[in-house]
Amino acid sequence: MLRSVTSLTRSGLRDWLVQRITAIVLAGYVIFLVGFFMLNQPMSFGLWTALFQNGFMRIFTFLALLSMVYHTWVGMWTVLTDYINCPRFRLLLVIVIVLSLFSYLAWAVAIVWGLR
Amino acid sequence: MKQKRPINLNLLTIRQPVPAIASILHRISGVILFLLLPLFIWMLSESLGSEFSFNALQKSLSFWGFKLLLWVALSALAYHLVAGIRHLIMDLGVCESLPCARMASYFTLIISAILAISLGVWLC
Repeated sequence: MLRSVTSLTRSGLRDWLVQRITAIVLAGYVIFLVGFFMLNQPMSFGLWTALFQNGFMRIFTFLALLSMVYHTWVGMWTVLTDYINCPRFRLLLVIVIVLSLFSYLAWAVAIVWGLR
Repeated sequence: MKQKRPINLNLLTIRQPVPAIASILHRISGVILFLLLPLFIWMLSESLGSEFSFNALQKSLSFWGFKLLLWVALSALAYHLVAGIRHLIMDLGVCESLPCARMASYFTLIISAILAISLGVWLC
């Protein structure tokens, strides 16, 4: 009961699909950022901020952050369900994790959108 | 089912196959990444905050404790990425036989070890 209540989509198959889609977005984002960083050595403040001022990059960043929330939700839920046997403690942990994830999302969005 | 069959739950006495090691490392690296998310976002904040905080972040990279933390974070990211790509490829129905899957697990460990060492050299 508790398992289905705290899982992201309440369907194993849909959780599985969300995990894959968000994985592809995150992999693309990480590989892009690493590539940008390596091709522009030494990195300067001007170039770095110009990247995040770009509209497409802001949307890509937002998609990656949203993917981070859902990917981590599914992943941590899976790990907790396997290793934490006490339902109350597990519920508490899932709640703390999900609240942290949405806080990180708000924090990071404020950073990127706060750029002038 | 026989109720009195011997049960061995001591993982340390079981010789783990390579795919099992690759799998548990994927989980461990994922949990590490979750715990270090505030570090990544803090670094994003410092790097984009102002020219002053950008330079301060670069300067803090000379501190060994920060280097070590960043090495752990980036190595976990590298491992999780490589192991994740292996998962996505196998989801396409490629490399599902046991010998191929075992080989892919070896490759995952070797490639991410190379990446972790490269990251260490770069940060030093």
